[in-house]
Amino acid sequence: MSIYNKDEAKEIMSRALKFSSADSCEINLSGNISGNIRYARNTVSTAGVNSNQNMAVQASFGKKVGTATIDEFDDASLEKVVKRAEELARLSPESPEFMPPLGPQKYEESKTFIQKTADISPDFRAEVAAASINPASKNDITAAGFFDDSNGFNSMMNSNGLFAYNRDTAMNFTVTMRTNDGTGSGWSTRDYNDVSMFDAAEASQIAIEKALQSKEAKAIEPGKYTVILEPAASIGLLQNMFFAFNARSADEGRSFMSKEGGGNKLGEKIVDERISFYSDPMNSIVPSSTWTGDGMPRKKIVWMENGVVKNLAYNRYWAEQKGVEPVPFPSNAIMEGGDASLEDLIKDTKKGILVTRFWYIRGVDPQTLLYTGLTRDGTFYIENGKIKHPIKNFRFNESPIIMLNNLETLGKQVRIDGNLIPYMKIRDFTFSSLSDAV
Amino acid sequence: MKRRNFIHTAALGAGILAAPIPIFGKNIFSAELLNPGMDVATKKAMADVALNTARSLGSTYADARIGRYLNQYIFTREKMVQNTVNTESFGIGIRVICNGTWGFASTNDVTPDGIKKATELAVSVAKANSKIQTEEVILAPEKGHGEVSWKTPILKSSMSVPVSEKVELLLEANARALENGATYISSALFSVNEQKYFASTEGSYIDQDIHRIWPTLNATAIDKASGKFKNRQGLAAPMGMGYEYLMPDKSEEIKGAGDVVLYRNRYDLVADAIAAAKQAKEMLIAPSIEAGKYDLVLEPNHLGLTIHESVGHPLELDRVLGYEANYAGTSFATLDKLQSGTFNYGNELVNFVADKTQENSLGAVAYDDEGVKCKKWDLVRDGILVNYQAIRDQVHMIDQKESHGCCYSQSWNDVQFQRMPNVSLEAGKEKYSVQDMVKDVEKGIYLVGRGSYSIDQQRYNFQFGGTLSYEIKDGEVKGMVNDAAYQSNTQEFWNSCAKICDKDDYRMFGSFFDGKGQPSQVSAVSHGCSTTRFNGVNVLNTGRNI
Repeated sequence: MSIYNKDEAKEIMSRALKFSSADSCEINLSGNISGNIRYARNTVSTAGVNSNQNMAVQASFGKKVGTATIDEFDDASLEKVVKRAEELARLSPESPEFMPPLGPQKYEESKTFIQKTADISPDFRAEVAAASINPASKNDITAAGFFDDSNGFNSMMNSNGLFAYNRDTAMNFTVTMRTNDGTGSGWSTRDYNDVSMFDAAEASQIAIEKALQSKEAKAIEPGKYTVILEPAASIGLLQNMFFAFNARSADEGRSFMSKEGGGNKLGEKIVDERISFYSDPMNSIVPSSTWTGDGMPRKKIVWMENGVVKNLAYNRYWAEQKGVEPVPFPSNAIMEGGDASLEDLIKDTKKGILVTRFWYIRGVDPQTLLYTGLTRDGTFYIENGKIKHPIKNFRFNESPIIMLNNLETLGKQVRIDGNLIPYMKIRDFTFSSLSDAV
Repeated sequence: MKRRNFIHTAALGAGILAAPIPIFGKNIFSAELLNPGMDVATKKAMADVALNTARSLGSTYADARIGRYLNQYIFTREKMVQNTVNTESFGIGIRVICNGTWGFASTNDVTPDGIKKATELAVSVAKANSKIQTEEVILAPEKGHGEVSWKTPILKSSMSVPVSEKVELLLEANARALENGATYISSALFSVNEQKYFASTEGSYIDQDIHRIWPTLNATAIDKASGKFKNRQGLAAPMGMGYEYLMPDKSEEIKGAGDVVLYRNRYDLVADAIAAAKQAKEMLIAPSIEAGKYDLVLEPNHLGLTIHESVGHPLELDRVLGYEANYAGTSFATLDKLQSGTFNYGNELVNFVADKTQENSLGAVAYDDEGVKCKKWDLVRDGILVNYQAIRDQVHMIDQKESHGCCYSQSWNDVQFQRMPNVSLEAGKEKYSVQDMVKDVEKGIYLVGRGSYSIDQQRYNFQFGGTLSYEIKDGEVKGMVNDAAYQSNTQEFWNSCAKICDKDDYRMFGSFFDGKGQPSQVSAVSHGCSTTRFNGVNVLNTGRNI
């Protein structure tokens, strides 16, 4: 058994806490059942199911901290893990940044658990693979894909009276469709908490269409182009920008968010005024847990409004150093979008490039948030409001900050990797060389 | 049971690790890292339970891997120990062939009952999968090796060195970096010990004890007034060595161009931390490079990553065949290029060898994770593509009869598959030093250490930067420069190779956490080379004003 309900989790952690004689003790108890199926060359390559349960006990004496883990929860095991954590704490050097456990907190009830996702069976996973492989075979295409799902819980309790519990489910799907002559490649991805939103055939069909449409791509000169970025493309760059919303690295002077002369860019306008994004664990499309691993409540937080930095994340230690309230790092990002569909954005574009996704994104300069990477699996030239022809892939060198200053239009939002991100039209996006990769 | 956590740490500088660090197993005391674990006779008896059960259930082949995986990670910044993690993971993974199909199962219940149940599960998985299998597994022959053992030839186990001694070394390095102008400094030490026992129905009982080590550091210099900051990472390579790697030895130091000190089989963490602090400060005032064509002089701890990405990955046979198409991608080095016997991967100076036996390398073992005796083989000879990397169930696809011996699994509870062996560029044959090389360059850049790296999904187009960059003009190093990154195409790049330094300059770069597969597994791999010159490569200026 690896999934415990709220009462069971509470009972197990209460039993463990009774063995503690440390100044403070904090327990995280979690369990998960996950399954996956992988296919390539139009056949299933691997499939598996894993289950795990784990308890981590953190004991502290003053600022000396020790952590021990165990996966059995009878009294003897619980006593053993608590005593081991205490012994490790006694042997450890003082941790200057240790923060004592929080007291009781109030959390909203999350929307992260969907029974139907928890009920996913091996047969269902096989059907997902078949929904890719069968239409691929009929179109002279080779499918390769991966579907994985998880059903789990997280809970915590500490010696200061805090208790938190969350159940969640999730599924992720990616598929690559390659034409058998090797000249076309398409891709699509889907992720949901609720598997009933997922249509494997629809997602596979999009990848097939992109593969067929991207055959015999033409080379055009690298340079600055207007681009329409699908959310699967922009998310890689945006996520790297979100990571920079960290007060400590900004205050220390080693982040894009650091300011000349010291301090950080809180309150400064850094991108186009139409850019606003926030995080919200209660969003019905991208729900997340309403508490963090150290028990901080997660609430809606506006990070950027009208291009102005409104919040940076402060962990409890750094918040105390700076005399401010802690701001936990978010578990999702929701960027405000517009009404335009992808078709509308294409229709309104005189000359531009449609990008399905970016690949192998790596940081080049943390000072300017410059990143490099490549387009992949469907890159198309747009002329006079229509997709004219596929083009060869490009390498880009671009900063999300420059990109968001060059915003033309925001389109509709799409769930991508647990976030809500709009289609975006951007001018002067920097492509620096061509790639022969398909 | 599967327990896997990840450490997300800000202690490491940007670019050192692209992904969170995987943590396997349960936390233990550091003293427990020295416990002997299960004795060999018991391991053999346990493995035989798996093999006999598999046979009795109709398997035509079976192997069992009993693994004890020990990790110790220590993280520090400035005067503080941020985290010390000691973990142990122990269990058995059983792989069988039934009805011509693979099945795999694993358990941490290493008892006859637990192993029997896991083996039954592996057989049932194979039988179920055989219904949808379209191609029968064909294994290249491999004779049984009997009862054999092997150990990484270390001088001093890192696990035997007290945590306090390691912490003292890391904090000493931090202190010296701060004294020498670093605004911030972080350092870390990763020690790994894999105790692996392999047995197969073909009569192999192989006991191996494998050690790896990796010290890292990142010094940051900040100019508060301008808001500028620069990072200089450590120049150590992860190695298949013991703690002796951290015992400085002047005879293992190499003087690079631009007064850079480089390291071969011994590393001086404190000296490198001091250099890192000074060089990070120097970067703050160094000029920005002018974009254009340059001759590149690439130091091994830099070029190793270029080899990894542009030679190691594209020559993995599973990528070539499309098994990784949905994740890492496929390869430009298609079967027809191998079969032609004329494909110029590089020019005639370029020779790449795969080697699972190279001393001090991360990939060195005597036998791979399917019991194949490890060896060395050519991938590119005199510039021509001559082979791939392939394992027992793959070599028949390229009409070969013998596995290359490069099968690996990151733990007992993951199934083994083809992983990159050490892939290295052979040293130049004539006597030629880095200093000789610099003298011969009119307009060039000397790049040291790993920096930004990115390559496309078929491994044509890449872009790399370094930890340190120096401009070379008229045969002399002019000074440090910022914002240099080069872009090229794999075949074009290796055909622009102009000169390779001799074996005295040869040393290894390593990747400690190389990821592949879905679900992803990590492996560790080294790449050796000497400093090498490439003519007329396109260099970008990556500076931006925001």
